[in-house]
Amino acid sequence: METRVIGKSVPRKEGREKVTGRARYVDDLSFPGMLHGVTVRSPAARGRIRAIHFEGEIPWHEFTVVTAKDIPGKNCIALLIDDQPCLAAEFVNHPEEAIVLLAHDDKYLLEEARRAVRIAIEPLPAIFSIEDSLARKEIIWGQDNIFKSFYVEKGDVDRAWSGAEFVVEGTYETGAQEQLYIEPQGMIAQVNEAEGVTVWGSLQCPHYVHKALMMLFGLPRERIRVVQTETGGGFGGKEEYPSMIAAHAALLARKSGRPVKIIYDRAEDMVATTKRHPSRTRHATALTRDGKLLAMDIDFTVDGGAYETLSPVVLSRGTIHAAGPYACPNVRIRSRAVATNAPPHGAFRGFGAPQSVFALERHLDRVAEVVGIAPEELRRRNFIREGQTLAVGQVVKEKVDMNDLMERAFELSGYHAKRKRFTETNSDSDAHGGIKRGIGFASFLHGAGFTGSGEEYLASEVAMEGMADGTVHILAGSTEMGQGTNTIFAQIAAEALRLDCEQIRIVQPDTAYVPNSGPTVASRTAMIVGKLVETAAAGLLKTLQDSGLLRNGYGAADFSRACCLYVAKNGALKSFVKYEHPHDLHWDDQKYSGDAYGAYAWAVYVAEVSVDTRTAEVRVNDFVAVQEVGKVINPVLAAGQIEGGVAQGIGFALYENVVWQEGRMLNAQMTNYVMPTSVDLPTIRVYFEEIPYGRGPAGAKGIGELPLDGTAPAIANAIVHATGVDVRRIPITAETLLEMLEAVHA
Amino acid sequence: MPESARKIRVSCVVNGSAASFEAYPMARLLDVLREELKLTGTKEGCGEGECGACSIEMDGALVNSCLVPALQAEGATIRTIEGLAIGDTLHAVQRAFITHGGAQCGICTPGMILAALNLLARHPQPDDAQIREGLSGNLCRCTGYMKIFESVVAAVRQAETPA
Repeated sequence: METRVIGKSVPRKEGREKVTGRARYVDDLSFPGMLHGVTVRSPAARGRIRAIHFEGEIPWHEFTVVTAKDIPGKNCIALLIDDQPCLAAEFVNHPEEAIVLLAHDDKYLLEEARRAVRIAIEPLPAIFSIEDSLARKEIIWGQDNIFKSFYVEKGDVDRAWSGAEFVVEGTYETGAQEQLYIEPQGMIAQVNEAEGVTVWGSLQCPHYVHKALMMLFGLPRERIRVVQTETGGGFGGKEEYPSMIAAHAALLARKSGRPVKIIYDRAEDMVATTKRHPSRTRHATALTRDGKLLAMDIDFTVDGGAYETLSPVVLSRGTIHAAGPYACPNVRIRSRAVATNAPPHGAFRGFGAPQSVFALERHLDRVAEVVGIAPEELRRRNFIREGQTLAVGQVVKEKVDMNDLMERAFELSGYHAKRKRFTETNSDSDAHGGIKRGIGFASFLHGAGFTGSGEEYLASEVAMEGMADGTVHILAGSTEMGQGTNTIFAQIAAEALRLDCEQIRIVQPDTAYVPNSGPTVASRTAMIVGKLVETAAAGLLKTLQDSGLLRNGYGAADFSRACCLYVAKNGALKSFVKYEHPHDLHWDDQKYSGDAYGAYAWAVYVAEVSVDTRTAEVRVNDFVAVQEVGKVINPVLAAGQIEGGVAQGIGFALYENVVWQEGRMLNAQMTNYVMPTSVDLPTIRVYFEEIPYGRGPAGAKGIGELPLDGTAPAIANAIVHATGVDVRRIPITAETLLEMLEAVHA
Repeated sequence: MPESARKIRVSCVVNGSAASFEAYPMARLLDVLREELKLTGTKEGCGEGECGACSIEMDGALVNSCLVPALQAEGATIRTIEGLAIGDTLHAVQRAFITHGGAQCGICTPGMILAALNLLARHPQPDDAQIREGLSGNLCRCTGYMKIFESVVAAVRQAETPA
């Protein structure tokens, strides 16, 4: 299909504002009479709140002080269930849980005041690990510490073992990871009689915040307004937590009668907000003599922290992705999200899949060794093909050729030659000053959109309006946070309307004006919401053509004239669309089987590393990322998504280590929680295969989360190749690698 | 901040114009720029000199404005992101960041662009290692830096091409 705008690297829609410093983030806004707000948090992991003391030489009468008693509606942050309070009233269940809010116009005095609030807590026993939670050392949530569990079954795993030539078992773990968007979280709230509650802030999902504020204030939807300001990165970290900050700012604003701004500093952001769920995965895999998968028995557990928040959904995606892009007749996946007394873990790009994919891809390299074949040969013999069935019972209807992706990735990375050469040179132990080199890969898939019936329930909506001046406005709750929503929506609309992107305007997400197009998560914005944009544009065009104002072969000026005439005659030119679930996609929530996702992105990533065996320093020397993602809407933006995701994946694999002490992050600073800098990364080489997906806009699928899944296991497998250590856990910090190297040489 | 500290008057040159403000001597230059001079293009990412989002040029050197006390600005020549474009005409580095995907969420972008300018002032024809080194004090969580490197290279190429 010939395209005019789709497939072109048109410049970022809001790029000019961003490179000139004119883009307005929440902390750049200031309202007359505005106060600043801070949060006083729990010093204990679990306990009963006995007293709150306001001490020190602080003019307390000048302060607005809010506790749970000041909440007009229900004391909860509404999400899936209502277990998480907005402010702890009687009990605390994790360190840094919010208890008291303070507001004052002097930021410096406010900070002193925060330190002068002493909260007396009678401690209760707490638990901090998946093991202790599963063992029910203490029951800290519900009847059994389990937020949610899933059971997926295909074939008959128990009967498959007897026919197996090989059985390989293993346990794998992943650590917490901080999203580390460079703009810390923040909100401004204003509450008054005339307008109700209004908040402005850095967020991914305006309608999540909207829902939370309705319940907290007990107000109808039209009395709550949520506006997204320019957002300096999210990566999942601004999916659910912004509701908490918005709630806090709004409570202070209501009590003080003044606008209130809450901006977290970096330490507070890191210590109090969500992180990627730590995980533990156990695999038992049965194979035939020739290395064909017979059975996969997978047990997957994530640590959800103290409240349920989004853990069931994270668990769901991790569960569905746990068996990878392989055809196996018998698969059983048992999974659960458990409670511990840490701050709730939450959404982070990949959403459970990077955890279970790490386990599988590391495990399969071990399986190949036991079977006695190359890791790529094991994959080749088991890759899923069109017409075969995934673990959840979904028949693959896409044209997928994982083998082809793998061959291309190997060719681009020089995999075979390097694998051979490194194996030879590494055996010469003292050569190269103790530097060993390795190359490894991972093959994986990532489903786009909400899982199963999720999109059906969301029933997303998008509106479009043709203005009298000929510009076209797109109205959606989908947010720009750097990933390119504004630009690709403009491209999709421009393509459908045969206009230039400059003629398309993206309306700022504001719940007072835009329809709910669902949360900006789950690699769904381009594929699901983008399709709604395309459909809305087609509707707008048809209206103009049916009215006789626009003929075939029109130009931009003709379009503008037609809009002007239509608006003059009819008042407004609008198009409105709502998601309709395809009739041939079926999902059974009870059996947890069926068409989990409308489409998947497919990928093979190859990592090349060198390891200094004396210092255990790892360098990633080359990284090749090959993926099939449907039609690429904007090559520069799409490559930017993959490169950035791979960089985060390298951090997940090697550097980003959350140090915990009794449920509290100890290294909540950028100086000691280390993310990759410009000198740490290899050249990340990105290649796309494009097989248009019939239901995506111009054939596009989702890509945002994909790169987080395969990066860490590719690096782990490369380190194993280089050194012979058996990596079972990430991050692979120098300290842990040193221990593993000593074990190899012992 | 000690209660005895009194605000002082500081005069300096910001983006080519004389500027004067009152501030506590140890107030962060970052806050003064953002709150007193309303130059909110300079961002705070960490407040401890790690991320570089608050990078500005002070007397030709790249500094983290979150670590600079206001009193040090006395008599200094300061350049922030707001001082780059001339009217509506963007600086070549700004243009390259738009064209080559050097900005995603944009929060590190002002600091990153100032770091790039400072690098190019020292190395007008930087090689890959010099670019990486020159930008290593500025963290970006979105791009993986690849498109930022490309933007810098493109800006150099653009500068070479006669208009």
